[in-house]
Formats: sequence, structure tokens, C-alpha cells
Amino acid sequence: MNRIDKAFNNLREKGSKALITYITAGDPDIDTTAELIVEMGKAGADIIELGIPYSDPLADGPVIQRASARALNKGIRIADIMNMARSVRRVTQVPLVYLVYYNSVFKYGIERFVKEAHDVGIDGIIIPDLPLEEKGEVFDITRQYGIHLIPLVAPTSHERIARIVENASGFVYCVSTTGVTGERDQIHTDIKAYMEEVSRYTSLPKAIGFGISKPDMARQFRDYCDGIIIGSAIVSLIEKASSKDEMLENIGQFIRNIKQALR
Amino acid sequence: MPGRFGIFGGQYVPETVMNALIELEREFNAAIQDESFMEEYRYYLREYAGRPTPLYFAQNLTKKLGGARVYLKREDLNHTGAHKINNVLGQILLARRMGKRRVIAETGAGQHGVATATGAAMFGMQCEIFMGKEDVKRQALNVFRMRLLGARVHSVESGTGTLKDAVNEAIRDWVTRIEDTFYVIGSVVGPHPYPTMVREFQKVIGEEAKAQILEKEGRLPDYIIACVGGGSNAMGIFHPFYHDREVKLIGVEAAGLGLETGKHAATMAMGSVGVLHGMKTLLLQDSEGQIMPVHSISAGLDYPGVGPEHAYYKEIGRAEYVAVTDREAVEAFVELSRTEGIIPALESAHAVAYAMKLVPQLSKDKIVIVNLSGRGDKDVETVANLPEVEL
Repeated sequence: MNRIDKAFNNLREKGSKALITYITAGDPDIDTTAELIVEMGKAGADIIELGIPYSDPLADGPVIQRASARALNKGIRIADIMNMARSVRRVTQVPLVYLVYYNSVFKYGIERFVKEAHDVGIDGIIIPDLPLEEKGEVFDITRQYGIHLIPLVAPTSHERIARIVENASGFVYCVSTTGVTGERDQIHTDIKAYMEEVSRYTSLPKAIGFGISKPDMARQFRDYCDGIIIGSAIVSLIEKASSKDEMLENIGQFIRNIKQALR
Repeated sequence: MPGRFGIFGGQYVPETVMNALIELEREFNAAIQDESFMEEYRYYLREYAGRPTPLYFAQNLTKKLGGARVYLKREDLNHTGAHKINNVLGQILLARRMGKRRVIAETGAGQHGVATATGAAMFGMQCEIFMGKEDVKRQALNVFRMRLLGARVHSVESGTGTLKDAVNEAIRDWVTRIEDTFYVIGSVVGPHPYPTMVREFQKVIGEEAKAQILEKEGRLPDYIIACVGGGSNAMGIFHPFYHDREVKLIGVEAAGLGLETGKHAATMAMGSVGVLHGMKTLLLQDSEGQIMPVHSISAGLDYPGVGPEHAYYKEIGRAEYVAVTDREAVEAFVELSRTEGIIPALESAHAVAYAMKLVPQLSKDKIVIVNLSGRGDKDVETVANLPEVEL
């Protein structure tokens, strides 16, 4: 069974919600990424998204753009990320999901990318610029390798939701608001109504992402969804830390606080 | 599949904008079949932009080059100084028809930004322009014009600080304000329906040129030459000649400091298939799909991609794509100024530069049309600062 499905099953039995965390692979360097994965898993992250750095991350706000640029300046390659994932798999079974822009997958070779991801123990792939109109060239291959191609829905999706979630697996990434990734003080979308709309079309777990940065926001949404996704708030902690120990400590503490709010 | 040119085109964008694209496609298709909309569009092209633009027989240049007869399609004579206004008027009228009050645009050289700010001023819309910080520096005159017209200009610091990054930032803004904002894309690029829509609003160039050359010469031209960054002026003049197989279509890209130096923007010559800004097309990228920094002396050609319909024209052999260097473009810039008293935009100077190579090899009974996409006022300072140019 795919580790993502197992994670949601376990959480459901416990009546708890998933905390999905995001970091950019190679930021600040690939060895630290491996340590962060292990540390986040210990602190309570249920699923970890690993961003594959890209030169033109148009769904991302400034924090994650800067993380991408830092990683690329270090010369990070997809092979480095695959190798790191493989080594991390020896020490943790936390579900891992790649967040990758379509051109990286396309240019690398779709089948090659998915096969290697599968071989190193990746459980899902999120491609933020691949709407349902274009997903055909990827979907059959991910299914063949047992990797979930995580669908994204937005508050503007409405009647498109039915087709987006058709045959989908893993979980549904529910973008909380229009816009790009980044911390927000408030989310104006009526999350309850939005999640009810998504639930009309699918029984897959629903995870809310984009803009969530604080325990009270997690608390506010926990009853309407099966998980929340936090990215920029964590990447900011990476950016601000003055030492690796401080980084690991701050992120661990941040995750424990959010996890507490989700109980 | 709609929105595809062979394998090129498509809609590779975040889900958040998909409904907006679908709505745009529907409204655009309705608008261009609505005679009252098209009449209004033609009215503004005629009375505001100054169309038709002349097809000028470049007598002096023809004589000097000693080959084919050279005509210049004078898009530089449009209001705001470039072909960009054709497309902007179409899209702004469409935005108004859709009830949008806010328009945004990206710009490289600033011509599209100026055109959009102009249209927004005339129709009383809020306007914000995204421009790479490098381009803000080298196109200061156009930045001033946009501000004078009431637009807010955002200097984009991310990435390479050029046109590609301005497009990324405009898309990010559009995703955020999708409900009230119309994104006026400036070239035949972006997700469907933009490449088709921009071509439809630019094809007036080729339609006019065709009627004008038939009137002047009684036959179609042998060659049409146009510069290609994203490729809107080129597609605008090429498209109406698509079925006239005897007319050779030539797109001229920026070879920058030379193709061998890696500092160029010659997507057709050196690119490979990939996905950027919502479209599958030819791109300058590395083996992992990272978009490479590009270089051209002309900010408007400084783009690592190309419109998907051009990639298709290349694939099926309907058009030929060549590249000229910064140096050759500057020589043509000076040459056309001296010979015809016309200062071309550096973008257009690339097309002129290739014509200067081709025309002397052709016999005197051949006809060449060069699309003079814009005027060179904005580039005078850039050229004046070059060490090799002495005035």
C-alpha cells in the first residue's frame, strides 16, 4: 500500500488530521534537506512535500522563489534529489511527495522521472502547472508505477471539480485562495462551503494549502478537512536561521505546535 | 485539439486560472463573430491607431542593395510607435466587454506596456505593468511614458530581471486577482487562447500588406521578413499568407553576441521542446528544463521562448527562421536611418539586417516585404552608448 494512503488511514482511525509540510530540496543544501526530512518526520509531519527547484516557479510567492534560487545557485540537479530521497528512505518511512513544475518532468523524460521517483521511494507527485486538460501524458505513467498524481482544486474550480478528482488518488490538494504560495494573515475563502463542495465529488482525503502559517489557522480549518499543508512558513524558518542547529530546532518546534493544534 | 498547433500550444497553468481561460476563450470567440464588436475594433484601429499603415517602397535601400525591390510595412507609424497597439486595442475592448476594470501587462522593451497604458488611459481602466528590472533600466523613456499615461510600473527583481520574469510576475498577479483583472498578453505566447487571440488581432498587418502589394505590384511578394521574439508582429504579417505557398516567410531572431557564445535569444535555432508560460513550445533551456538566461541588445527580443504557432511553422517548414547578431542589427539600425530617414526599433532592425544580407542575392524582379514593427526612438540612447557607433 502506498504510504500516503496508509498515513491517512491511520490518522482517520485516530480521529486526527494530517500535517503536510513543504521544503525545497537543496535549500540550503542537499544534506540539510535530508536532515530536515528526518527531523520534520520526528516532530510530527505526516507527509512531506519536496519541492524540486525550478527557474520559473510561477505558482510560488517570493519565499519559495528565493528557496528555489538558493538551491539552483548551489547547482542542484534532479539526480542529487533522487539520491538524497533514496538515502532518506533507509531511515524514515514518512510519505514523500515531489512538488515539481511540469517542464522539469517533461524535459527529464516523464517515464524516466516517474520510474526513478518510484525506485527511490517517492509516494506522490504534485505538478502545479498541469491542469486536467494536460495531465493525460503523465497520469497513466504515475498510475502504472503506483505513484499518486495529486490533483489540485481551487476556489474557482466549481463544476471542474468532478472531472479533476475523477480517477484521482492520494489526496486532493485544495488551494485555499486564489494567488500564489505564501503566508497570509487571513484567508477569505469560505473554507467550510468550499470543502463541502469538494466532498460532493470525492471521498479522497482533502488537504488545504496556500497561506497557512499559524497554529490558530490550522485549528480554524481542522474540522473541515483531512489535512493542512504548510510551506512558506517553514521555508522562512530555513531562510532566517543563523545555524543548522537553530534551523532544526525552530522547525521541529513549529511543527510540534501546529500538530498540537490539529489534535 | 483546440489551442494546439501540432504538438505546440496548450494550457499549462495553475488550476486557479483555468476557469478564467475558459471564459476568455468563450468571450473572445463570441466577440470576433460579433460584427458590432469587430466594427468597433476596426474603428479604433483606423481613427485612433492610424491604420492602415503604409506599405512604403524603400527606393533608396532598394537601389543601394542592388537586388530585389524592398517594401517596408510601416507599423512604426502606428500610434504609440509599434504594432503592439493593434493587439492591445482588441484585448482592451474585449476586457471592457467582459466588464473588467483592471488590466495588467508584461513588457520587455516597453512598447507593449506603453500600448496597454495608452488603451487603459483612453478607456478609463486601472493599469499595472510588469517589467524586468534590467529592462526598466535600459528602457527608461518607455517607463516614463507608461507612468505619464497613469500606469503603475512594477520593476521585477526575480530571476533574470527581464521579459521572462515579467511574464511570471504578471501571471502571479493574475492568479491573485483573477476575478477583476484582465491580463493583456503582448505576444503570440502564453496559454490558449492567447496565441490565437493575439494573432487574430495582429493579422490586420498581413491583410493590409497583401492588399497593398497587390495594388502596387499586381502580385504577391516573394519574401516576407519579420523579427521574432515572442513573434506577434511576425505572425501578424505571416498568417494571412499561410496558404500562399509561393511566398517565403522568414522570421529573424536575435543571435545576440553570436550563437556560439551562448549569449543570444535564438530559440528556433538553439532551443528544444518544453513548457513555459502556459505553452508547449521551443525554449532555450538546459537538460533539466531550467530556463536559460538570454541576451539580445533589443529588450523586445530578449525572450527564451517563442509563440507556439511559430514553432509549428518551423516544424512543418512553412517558415524559415534565421538569426542576426546585435552588431548586424545595429548596423541595420544606422543604415536604415541614413538611407531612408527611418529610425527603426532595434527589434525591427534585426529584420532589416537580414534583408540587407538576402536582397543583394536576389534578382531585381523579386519583391521583399520587411515588417518594420516599431520605431527606434526608445533605442536611440542604447545605440548612442555603444562604443562602435560614432556619430
